[in-house]
Parts: sequence; C-alpha cells; structure tokens
Amino acid sequence: MDSAAARARASAGGHSQTAPAYTEFHPRWYRPRISTYWWLGRWPYVKFILRELSSVAVAWTVAFTLFQLWSLSQGEVAYSTFTRRASSPIMIALNVIAFGFLLLHSITWFNLAPKAMAVRVSGKRLPAILISGPQFLGWFAISAIVLWIYMVRT
Amino acid sequence: MAAGGTRVRTANSDRSESITMARNIDIELQVSRYSPEQDLEPHLQSYRVPIRDEWVILDALNYVKDKIDGTLTFRWSCRMGICGSCGYMINGEPKLGCATFLKDYAPGPVKIEPLRNFPIVRDLVIEISDFLEKLKKVKPWLIHEGSNGQGEYLQTPDQLEQFRQHSMCINCLLCYAACPISGLDPIFIGPAALALAHRYNKDSRDQGSAERMATLSHPDGIWGCTFVGECTRVCPKHVDPAGAIQQYKLAAAMDGMKSFLMPWGKR
Repeated sequence: MDSAAARARASAGGHSQTAPAYTEFHPRWYRPRISTYWWLGRWPYVKFILRELSSVAVAWTVAFTLFQLWSLSQGEVAYSTFTRRASSPIMIALNVIAFGFLLLHSITWFNLAPKAMAVRVSGKRLPAILISGPQFLGWFAISAIVLWIYMVRT
Repeated sequence: MAAGGTRVRTANSDRSESITMARNIDIELQVSRYSPEQDLEPHLQSYRVPIRDEWVILDALNYVKDKIDGTLTFRWSCRMGICGSCGYMINGEPKLGCATFLKDYAPGPVKIEPLRNFPIVRDLVIEISDFLEKLKKVKPWLIHEGSNGQGEYLQTPDQLEQFRQHSMCINCLLCYAACPISGLDPIFIGPAALALAHRYNKDSRDQGSAERMATLSHPDGIWGCTFVGECTRVCPKHVDPAGAIQQYKLAAAMDGMKSFLMPWGKR
C-alpha cells in the first residue's frame, strides 16, 4: 500500500481516530498479549501447571515430616501434641491433597527419565518402559517395605 | 499435445468444481486478518471454500488467494513438509498447512491464525528474526579444527543414529508456538534451536560442544525449559526437542558434577 496515500487519508480524517501510525519500511507488528489464564484452555498446559504446583506439596510434606521427627525427638508429650494436631480434619484434608500431588510429581518424574536418558544397546535405543519400569518397581518395592514395617509395628 | 493435456485437466478440474459447488460441499474458513496500515489488532474474516479429498489447508488458502480475496497474505513454498514455511494455528493447534487435510475439519468452521508467540507482520505472516538470532547463538554448524588428511570424515551408522532424529528439524517454528515458555519468556532460546545445538553436540565430527556450552547451559538456555513437552507433540518431523533438551540437561549436570568432584581431571 502506498504509505503517502495512507498518511494523506489519515490526515484527512478518514481513519485519524483509529488508524495506527504507519512508517514506511518499518511495519507496525502486532504483538499479541498472553493472558494470565493462558494455561486453562488446554489439558497439557493444565497438567504442566499442576505438575509445577506439586513442588509446593513436596515442600509441605518435607516440612511436615521434619516437624514430625523433631516432635518425636522432644519426647512423648510433644509427639502426642503433634499427632493430635495432625489428626484434625483440616490437616487430614491438606495431607490427602498433598499425597495426590506427590503421586503426580513422582509419576511425571519417572516418566521423564526415558526422555532424558537415551541409552543405546547394540545400536538401538532402549524402549522407555525399560528405563522408567525399574524406577516404578523400586518405588513400589520401597513403599511395600514401609507398609510392611508399619503393619508389623502396629 | 501438452496444450491438449492441459485443456483436459482444466475441463476435469472445472467439472469437479461445479459438482462440488452443486452439492454445496464446502467449508467455512475463519482466517485471521491483520493489516498494519489499517488495523489496530487482528480480526477474523470468513471465506467459504469447497472441500476436496486431496486438499490440505494450504490448498484452501491458495483457493481464497486465487479466487476470492487476493489480499490474503501467508507464507508457503514447497507444499511437501520440507521448507517449514506454512506453519499456522489451525483451530488453536500449531500445524503445517501443507500436512493438514481440510476434510478432517468438516463440517467446519476452521479457524486459521498466525503462529502463537510471534509478532504478526500481516495476516498469517509472523516475524521470525528473533528466532534466527537465537539460532545463530547456538552455532548450528560443524565446528572442527584441523584436518584428518583424508578429506571425508566417515561415520558409522551408530554414530549417525546418535543425532539423526534431531537433524530432521525444518525450522517450521511449530514448537515455539506450542511452548508456553517461549511466549512467557522472550529471551528463552527455545526448542528448535536447543534441539539443533544438541544435534551438533552429538555429531562425532563436531568439536564445538564447549563453545556452545556458554549459551546452552544458561538460565535462558536448557535450564529455561520446564519440560511441558508440547514441542515434541506438535513437531511434524518427530525431532523430539523436549527429549533433546532433557538429554542435554543430564549431560550438563553430569559434566558439572564431574568438574566439582574432580576439578583436576580431564572433562
């Protein structure tokens, strides 16, 4: 488009209220703005945000466990106070939500491993299941041992 | 004879077009329009085009350009998924216009917009010089000093397989449109450039990994990636940029650990 004509039209009042300034050889690019809620439209993005949020749950669980250990070291009275507080409905709800996020965190972490580890045997890349599988098995085995210890002790 | 053949093809083409129109088998395209001289922001414009089994989105856009509205502006070149020019957002998904069949969107409408996360020059044309600068930063070429005195540098099939997948990139920029980090953090180097850097690092003929390290092992390089994984999902050439970045992260972490534990050792 002839920029002189565009300027003349703008100065004549044709589009003077709405037409953008146009400079020859320097076209005005449109830069789309990203909405704060960009992640709500698509499930992969929602999943990504939930996975990132899961790190808060991990931090909470670590702090909770450390506080539990500290209470245990302070004697029976301190530990019984801790268990009483931990069994309140709000704390139980918080820990159930945190547990859900921990599962998401662990599963997505183990599923990431085959992407990061391109292991080749005899010239062929190992299938993803052979890299993530042992990690899932180890996770289940350790969980089963912890559960077994808990069952035996109680 | 050539002229006769052309006439026959034209006649067939006209006949099939008239049959298509007669059956009213058409589809609505909603194409994003933006004219920097006239518009403050993009808007959608509707066109009705016939659906044909063999037509891809690019054919539909060319139909609009040839027969309905010659002012529609879009990039395209090879029509066969090699040049990487015709990337658009098709119904919100980054896709190559030449590799996306129109009939898959029947009965429509099909919304066609410019690739996300880039400034828009006009209609469906995006501004890519920022990407080209980023690409240059990662030195996507073979860096090799000296000569082996034999001319060629031979590779085994296994050595080729180390990087072949990542060498398939056609710079179509669909991965940048799919990556939310590229949109939110404009200085992030981005998936395609990082995958190409990894491709050269894994090449047995290359000696430039230390030179690329400064750019790659940076918060705006591999560590800017939060592994959303969408770049890999939308890649039309199965380059797996997300995998390449995670592999490089692991290699950089191992390298860092080695230099911390054995500062005197050879890295």
